[in-house]
Parts: sequence; structure tokens; C-alpha cells
Amino acid sequence: MNSLRDMDYSVVQQCMHCGMCLPTCPTYMETKLERNSPRGRIALMRSIADGESEVNAAFGEEMYYCLGCLACQTACPAGVKYAELFETARAEIEEKAVLPGAQRTFWRWLTLEVLFMRPRLLRLVGVLMRWHQRSGLEALLRRVKFLGLVPKNLAALEPQTPRMAEAFSDELIEAKETPQGERRWRVGMLTGCVQDLAFSDVNRATVDVLLENDCEVFTPRAQSCCGSLHAHNGAVEHAKELARRQIDTFDLDALDAIITNAGGCGSHLKSYAHLLHDDPLYAAKAKQWDSKVKDIHEWLAQTGWKKPSADCGIERVTYHESCHLTHGQKVVKAPREILRSIPGLEVVELPESNWCCGSAGIYNITQPEQSAKLLERKVNCIHQTGCEVVATSNPGCHLQIARGLGTSGSVSQPVVLLAQAYRKSRT
Amino acid sequence: MKAEGAQVLPVALHGGRAWVRVVNVVDAFFITQLQSVLGPAAVLTAHEDLVVYGFDGTAALKARPGAVVLPTNTEQVAACVKLAREAAVPVVTRGSGTGLSGGSVPVEGCLVICLVKMSRILELDEANLTLHAECGVITKDIDDAAARCGLFYPPDPGSMKISTIGGNVAENSGGLRGLKYGVTRDYVMGLKVVLPTGEVVWLGNKCVKDVAGYSMKDLFIGSEGTLGIITEVLIKLLPKPKARRTMLALYDSMEAAAETISAIIAAKIIPCTLEFLDRMTVRCVEDFAKIGLPTDVEALVLMETDGHPAAVEEEAAQMMALATQHGAREVKMAQSEAEGAMLASARRSAFSALARMKPTTILEDVTVPRSELAQMVKFINECAARHQLLVGTFGHMGDGNLHPTFLTDERDKAEMHRVEEALEEIVSETLRLGGTVTGEHGVGLAKKPFLRRQLGEGSFELMRSIKQALDPQALLNPGKIFDGRLS
Repeated sequence: MNSLRDMDYSVVQQCMHCGMCLPTCPTYMETKLERNSPRGRIALMRSIADGESEVNAAFGEEMYYCLGCLACQTACPAGVKYAELFETARAEIEEKAVLPGAQRTFWRWLTLEVLFMRPRLLRLVGVLMRWHQRSGLEALLRRVKFLGLVPKNLAALEPQTPRMAEAFSDELIEAKETPQGERRWRVGMLTGCVQDLAFSDVNRATVDVLLENDCEVFTPRAQSCCGSLHAHNGAVEHAKELARRQIDTFDLDALDAIITNAGGCGSHLKSYAHLLHDDPLYAAKAKQWDSKVKDIHEWLAQTGWKKPSADCGIERVTYHESCHLTHGQKVVKAPREILRSIPGLEVVELPESNWCCGSAGIYNITQPEQSAKLLERKVNCIHQTGCEVVATSNPGCHLQIARGLGTSGSVSQPVVLLAQAYRKSRT
Repeated sequence: MKAEGAQVLPVALHGGRAWVRVVNVVDAFFITQLQSVLGPAAVLTAHEDLVVYGFDGTAALKARPGAVVLPTNTEQVAACVKLAREAAVPVVTRGSGTGLSGGSVPVEGCLVICLVKMSRILELDEANLTLHAECGVITKDIDDAAARCGLFYPPDPGSMKISTIGGNVAENSGGLRGLKYGVTRDYVMGLKVVLPTGEVVWLGNKCVKDVAGYSMKDLFIGSEGTLGIITEVLIKLLPKPKARRTMLALYDSMEAAAETISAIIAAKIIPCTLEFLDRMTVRCVEDFAKIGLPTDVEALVLMETDGHPAAVEEEAAQMMALATQHGAREVKMAQSEAEGAMLASARRSAFSALARMKPTTILEDVTVPRSELAQMVKFINECAARHQLLVGTFGHMGDGNLHPTFLTDERDKAEMHRVEEALEEIVSETLRLGGTVTGEHGVGLAKKPFLRRQLGEGSFELMRSIKQALDPQALLNPGKIFDGRLS
């Protein structure tokens, strides 16, 4: 049982309600209502832990209105572990089933329990979607307004479906790739699930960058979801199962690091020790795992990356921070430094670069209205920079911002630009 | 009109005048009335909303209001006050709820008027160097708006990124620059206030000089929401200093730090900031901010001087030399304005960062004449040790304002009792040295027990007679500063 009443009380008590988190919270700044703030949410959790309030639909809705962007965690001088509180609260909300709705139950079942638990099935669906998108069927269905016939929620979802990549990671990356020169490190490569389906090119670029920097790269086939989606949406048992599976996929002793290139996944991947702390078989392994998981930018900064000698094909870029890379993993400077190391590339600072873009996992699907407001705010900031390309490092942000920019700009990732510069440097 | 269930308290005689106080709680009829004035969305009554407005930034104080309203203009505030007056429901005003003396903690069942939605800057007058804003504007937004015109708003309380200007005026907030620039009061030129009768008055103007009668605005500055509700402020701005230098001095003994401060003041230098942090506070701040502060020092002093570039350079050099002469282990100068701002920002997080150590942080605000500072710091440390308590002390050394913070756990009754004993001793020592129990946080609930002792009978009764003259019904923020009970 995951419950607020049973969790370590000192975690809820840690909040001394000073309010330093309020100006960093996108939902509070939108509504100016205390219940939509981290301080308010923690007060509700404490009230539940104290037995003064119940876990009910109102609390459930509030916790799903929260983006889980963790900006409050960065702002909190008192060191409140908001991520832990947030995940426990959502888990209890799901266990008590206070948010009704057959449709919600169906979607949760389909995504959390079926698709994102079965990597091969997920990729099969990806192949079908790719065919759907490229065969002309999608365009046809749109033209005949087929969507008018399907349920409203599904119709709203349809334009948000990511465009499937031509080929998924396993087709682009060998199980083992060896650098041309001296091998200094051996690393494992995490391909992710959305990243794999929609941005396998980013995975390829990540491997290219690793090879260029003397890493031998091991990429296990048909990898599972890391479970971040599950942990953030109250499905803790599934998250644990996926964490165990993930740990078993890699030979931890033989690797110097396990590389992730998705901010949201990375943040969760580094918290397996907490997730599995009471698992007798996995607790120790999870600690070792956490110590080896590195965000690609973090790894490059830590080991020192080769500075490319050629440009990357574009002249100006701005950088949007993925919330979970910045607030979850505190990797803030490295991606910017990597961009700045590319010759001929001007890196323009993005106003509000660490303000959530509204993607927030599946928030754009569950809370489309608030998500759209955040996206609009983000797009305005990007336009202020005058840059046509924005770099970010999370598939969710990538999809969301690309959708927001439309034809007014494009989205790339720091590793992709670095890989391009390396490629040009070689020719 | 009385709402149902009105509780009529016995008639009390005070100052020869009889008055009756009626205390109600918010009821369904009252809520309907509020909704008709504000619209349903601006009246919060759900359990989940009431829980979260039950506290402010003060530890271990909470109460459940009956309703929370979010007005968007002065007329709505006045209408709410009139309704509350008729229904005899107490009113507690609130901004962002960052107060540190319990000033905006509700009274059980009361009406909370939360003013964060009145957040427009109405005018920035560059000819008169004034800014006119609604009460819910964030303090930092005011400084930012001023900065865009080459001006600045000096008061910078620790919570400036989220505190509201109305709250700052109501509490007469201080900040890191108090030493040279004074406190909020020194910048208020005018106020729009809703009185307990629901009438709206404008006090003050844009004139630098004005002696037309009593300075009524001054009565409301620091009145902690007990006399009226401030809905607009007219504040004075200053030209932004052309240069600024920030320095850090590190010490192996608290006495050496205190001696440096005295030496700087004696050298007739008025820096804008002289902040100090003790070992415990430095450790917590570094743990949060990770800016490379050394954690093995007994005291760290943050010094800042601003003004004309030449004067700043000279003063900075003088201050660094004085620090070295008085035993600083190391003195460093920030290399850029950004680095200086980062240091000041880290200092502002001190209070909240101390909460990393223990679940409950009991923050004090004692202030002594500057000459007594070293003595007071020493006393605090001895007192904490005697009561076996963990204490972190930081504060505005340049103006004698200290923030000893006890790190404890409110569930540990025995330890909480020892905290109370220690506080009592610190207050006694503060008063013996000619100090005040609160330099910048206000009386609210937290310092109420000590007020009469500090002020003396005559002064205390004078203060109370003002409250009774303006708010005989004890409608606004009852129980703050003074007891709600009638004598």
C-alpha cells in the first residue's frame, strides 16, 4: 500500500510553508490559487497524513493538475522531496480509485498496463502507425473528417500522435559498436520508448557522439519502458517491475555508465534505489544502477568531450530546458556548454528557459487546456529570441514544442547538433 | 443584521466607552452574499481550499477559515468588508502568505480576503520618481519595473520574489539593504485603505513634503491588517546606484565578525548590506545553493556597498582592509554583478534553508542597538547550549537585527518546552539591552505575548486605544498584536 499516512512523516513535515516555491510553479502562477501551488498541495497531503482530509476526487484532480515539473524542488531551500510526495499521492489516488470514468480506466489500462509494459507490442503498434501515417490513410481519414465519428477524447489525441520514425533504434544501432580509436569507456545505451519510436535519429546521434568520445556502446535490443510514465501516474507496482527488468538488461559491473538522452526518463532512472529500497533482491543492485545512470550531457561534461572543428549547419539556436533534466537531474550547464562548443553556433539564451512547456509526460493529453497555455507561453519566448531552431533534450518537450512552433521554427537536440558538427569535422 | 448563531460577548467597558463585539463564522447566507458581489469563482469554500489558506510562513500556527475571497478591485474589497461587518464575521487579509509572525493566519471560521489578484502596476511616474501599484503586486516585480527605467526600490525582504507590496506595507518589512536605505515605511508616499466601516480613503500624495495634519498613512504602515485593508500603494523610487560591490569575509570567531561590523560603522561607512550567517546557517545555505561557500567557518559576513563608482571602490577597499585587520580569515570580492546577486540571493534563502536540518524552525527577530550586537549573539549561543537546543543564527548585523532560529520538532513536546524557555530568556536579554522583540517581522501572533512588556503600560494602552477607535467591532484581524479578548 502506497499511502500518505504511512509514508515517513518528516517528508511532509519538511515543508515550512515559506512560499519560495510559489513563483516557480506554472499552475500557481496561472490561477494564483493556493491549492494549485506546491505549498498548497503539500498542505493537503499533510492534512491527509494527519487524518483531517480524505483522498477524494478533489484531491485527485488537484494532483493531476500538477505538472510534476519539479520546479518547486529546485526552488525549495528546505529540501522538500516533492517528487516523492507527488508519486506517493498519485499512487494512493489510483489505489483508492477516487477518479472515476470508464474511459480514464480504459486509457490507463491500455497505456500503462499493456503498451508500455510490452516493448515488442509497442513497437508493433509503432510500425502500424508508421504505415498509417505514410500510406496516405491518415490524410484520407482527415480529409473525410473520419474523426467526427470517433470519441471526442480520441479525436483530440489524434493530431498529437508523434510521427513515427522511418526506422527504430534497433535498426539504426548495432548491439555493440566500437570506437575507431582508443576505447576509454564502456557504456550502455538506453533507447527509451517514445524516443525510440519518434526520435530514433536522436538515439543514433547519441551513439555517434559516444563513439567519437572513445566509448564502446552496448545497446540491448527491444528495451522496455523505464517506468517513469508509471511512477508519475500512480502505477508504482508496474514501475517497480519495469525497473527490475531494466536493471537485468545491463551488465552493471562491466559498464562505466548507462547513458540516457531523455530528460524525463533520466530523472526517473536515477531514482530506482528509492523505488526498490525494500526489494531484498534488487535494493543493492538499484543503488549501483543509480550511480551509473548518466544523462548524455552530464557524461560528456564529466569525461570531457572533443570539441568539433566544423559547424553543425545552423548559425543560431536557443535552448529549452527539459524540466526533469534541470529540476529532476540538475543538469543545467552541460547542454548549453555543449552547444557553445560547436563552432559558428550562436547560443541565444531563452527567456524562461526552465519554465515547463506543458508536455509533462502525458499532461498534454490529460490537461489539454493548461498544457496549451504553457505551450503558447513557451512559443512566445522562443519567438522573442528570433531563433528558428530550439534545442531541447526530452522527447516530450520535443514533440510539444514542435507542435507549438508549427512552421515558424524547428526543434533539435544538443547531441544531434554535436553529432552533425562531428560528421562535418570528419569530411 | 445578524447572521444565525451570533455569539454576543459581554459588554465590556474600556476607556469609558461601552462596546459590544459580536463574533460569527461564515455561514451559507453570508457566502451567497459574497458570491453576489464577487461572482462564484472568486469565493472559495471547498474543504481543499480552506485547508491551504490556513497558515502563512510561520511555523506551527494554523486555523481553518470559513471562506476565502479573491477580489480584483478596491470596490469589491470594500463590499466584502461591509458584508462582514453586518454579519459580524472577522476578516483576515492576506497576500502571498509569507509572513513570519502569523499576521495572516486566519481566525477559525473567518473570512480571508486574499489580494493576490489585485496585481497591476498602475503608474510609474519618472518625473516624480514614484510608482503606483495595486496591493497584490509582487515586490520583485516592482523592483524590476523600476529597473527598466534606471530606478530601484530598495526594500528587499527575503521573500521578495513572492511577497506582495501590500503585505510588505502592512508588515513594514525590512530586508538586506535596511542599513543604508531603511525599510518599507521609508518608501511609502500614499495608500488607499478600506477602513473597518467599508469606507475607502486615500492617504498621502506625491509630494516630498507634506505636513497637513497627522501622517495618517504612517498609522497603517505596519498595522498588520488590524486597522484597515491596504489596496493600493504609492511608493517612492530611487535612482539605481551606478556601481555596486559585493564582498564576503570569512571568520573563525563570531566576535571577530562583530568587531569588523563595529569598525566599519565607526569608520563612518554606511554600506547597503552587512549580513552575517553563523556556521550552521552557512552549512544549510551551501547545501541548498551549492555556490561554493566554505562550510568550516564560524561566521560569514556578506558586505555590499553601492553608489558612485569612485566612492564604491574606495569604500569596498576600506571595508576589506577593516575585515582583514579585525581577524577575517579570508576576504573575497564578487567578480561580477551576477555573482554578487547570487550571494545575496543565497543569503535570502537562509531561513528556509535552515529547515533542512529539522522539521520545525522557530524563527526569532530580536533586534538590539548595534553596540550590543556581539553581546546578544554570544548570549543566544550560550542560551541554546544551556537548553540543549540546536540554533542557527543569521541576520542583518549592520542594523542589529538578528534571526536566531531554533531547529526542532513540534511533535517533541519536551524540546518545544525548552525552546519556549530559551525564547523567554532571549526576549528578556533583548529588552534588557534596550532592544525590540521584532525588527521586521511584526507582532502578529508570535510576538504578542511580549508586546506589553516591551512597550510598557502607557504605550501599550495608547496603541490599543487606536485599534479600538478605528475598529471597535474588532472586525479586522482580531487577536493579532493584541489579544482578541477585551479587558
